[in-house]
Amino acid sequence: MDQQILNAIFIGSIYALFAVGYTLVFGILDILNLAHSAVFMLGAALTYSLVVTHGQPFWIGAVLGVAASALIGLVIEHVCLRPLRRRQAPPIAALISTIGLALVIVAAVEQGKSGSLFSWLWVDGANSVAFPPGTVPNPTWHIGDLTLEASKVLIIPISIALMLILGYVMRFTQVGRGLRAVAENPRAARLMGLDVDRMISLTLVISSALGGLAGILFGLALGDISPYIGRDNVEVRGLAVIVLGGMGSIPGAVIGGYLLGLIEILALVTFGSNARGGVAFAALFLMLVLRPQGLFGTRLRERI
Amino acid sequence: MDFFIQLLSDPIGFWNSHTLLISQIGINGVVATSMFLVLYSGQLSLAAPGFMAIGAYTSVLMELHWHTPVVLNVAVAVILAGIVGLLVGLPVLRLRGVFLAIATIGFIEALHLGVILNVPITGEGLGLQHEADPLGGVPIILVSLVAVVFVVWRLTKGRLGSAWSAIRQDEIAALSQGIHVARYKMIAFIASALIASYAGALEAHLNFFVDPGDSQYGVTRAVQVLTFAVLGGSGFVIGPVVGALIVTLLPYIFEGAGDYINIIAGIFLIAVIIFRPQGIVGRGGLAIVRPAWWPRSRVSAPSPG
Repeated sequence: MDQQILNAIFIGSIYALFAVGYTLVFGILDILNLAHSAVFMLGAALTYSLVVTHGQPFWIGAVLGVAASALIGLVIEHVCLRPLRRRQAPPIAALISTIGLALVIVAAVEQGKSGSLFSWLWVDGANSVAFPPGTVPNPTWHIGDLTLEASKVLIIPISIALMLILGYVMRFTQVGRGLRAVAENPRAARLMGLDVDRMISLTLVISSALGGLAGILFGLALGDISPYIGRDNVEVRGLAVIVLGGMGSIPGAVIGGYLLGLIEILALVTFGSNARGGVAFAALFLMLVLRPQGLFGTRLRERI
Repeated sequence: MDFFIQLLSDPIGFWNSHTLLISQIGINGVVATSMFLVLYSGQLSLAAPGFMAIGAYTSVLMELHWHTPVVLNVAVAVILAGIVGLLVGLPVLRLRGVFLAIATIGFIEALHLGVILNVPITGEGLGLQHEADPLGGVPIILVSLVAVVFVVWRLTKGRLGSAWSAIRQDEIAALSQGIHVARYKMIAFIASALIASYAGALEAHLNFFVDPGDSQYGVTRAVQVLTFAVLGGSGFVIGPVVGALIVTLLPYIFEGAGDYINIIAGIFLIAVIIFRPQGIVGRGGLAIVRPAWWPRSRVSAPSPG
């Protein structure tokens, strides 16, 4: 049981890191970026290819993986969001265009086999792979009944540090003030001399970099990298996390991530592995019905 | 390309060799129409796959265990979906926009992962197998599609349709005009549940097999149905049907892409939605997007004051 709670904290950290990016975009644009889970997958897949196929050290792979994710953030903004914003299209259109981009990214990785157009990106097709042991030093400790692996334990301080930095930037710096102003009222922000388009690009870059990093950590700790890890593990769970914490709230996404990790592990222990997903979604449903603004949300914004 | 050449040169042979595809288009069209109903009344509900699952499992289980006639099975399935729709709608329809979408995703995933994959009577992960096709194949599906589209079209032209339109455009204004917003939203939600469950029952009988996969009754299907409706255009009843037709045919339209079909399909999706955010069927022409570096056309407007 203790081990299970520890696992809940590991997986919760990854959920939180993923959901922070999700909620950042929703908080500022009121748009659900459904390509976020594809970016999560791409970060992990690209790092794996750099390390295993191209023989780079892990830290170079990770840095390039995060950089590529950030770049995809720019693609999301320039291809999927900005043209629609110019046209003042309904937000539901942005939902579809980001789904389209997610489809492209997943299909590109899925078709990455030796000899195909995307063999530089990925060579294992639809298979699931893991980093070879020894990619990162991974000492293991035993304390009582608990098994602590460094690769899993390190996720916790990394996630918490990143989320604290993000919280600090949002609250206390000039850039953060700009972002919050755009979230509050883009028109007024523009009148105050802010470059709204640039702020939104920045949001997508930060969000996607965090998403890609969450994917890399996921691949490292759980030893499961495939074109479908985004769709199967975090796409809908990310929604559950940001709803539990309150849409658009960064501390909410953090608490929501750990809460979902805990709920899932409790369901796993109590009802067995089949019930895991179902219980999480029942919790999500109840939360929306009983307290739609989430744990930390203060108001509901309705635009779609 | 062969696909379209055969469609034009040899329609009868085409019909005979593509019955499964044609009926899938018909069923997707019916589901898309159910999505249209909720979108038309201003509700972003993604619950359709959940009601399809109810329709499919109820009708097939009745057939397998009680050997009742197929008409009765489908009728019971549809009524059951209506009741579930009422029970789900009561708490959920207070939510709007993205929140409603996420709540309905919670509903379908809880149903899919929690009930269908966990209760022995549904065959869990293996699905349900059943014998013959009592419906007689394609004609009944196409007739159903036409009938459903016609009924929904009549509904949108009547009193209900005006109320839904008013609610979609501005809920508060509709309320102030004396429209019973909660009631009309519930009617749209239940009607959409009935249609989706009918489509689910049809699909289960068409395939001889109820497949419990995510692409059938999970989020993947919900996203696909939303794509039908938004891509086709949710302003007119025929829009989502056109969307269903095009999305279902995408692998044939881009036959030459081979393995890269999903990449091309994704790019196509983005392109359509950027150049026609209102959908393929809708008012207005192509939205030409002006790049930032393109010079702004000079507009001569009288200066105020």
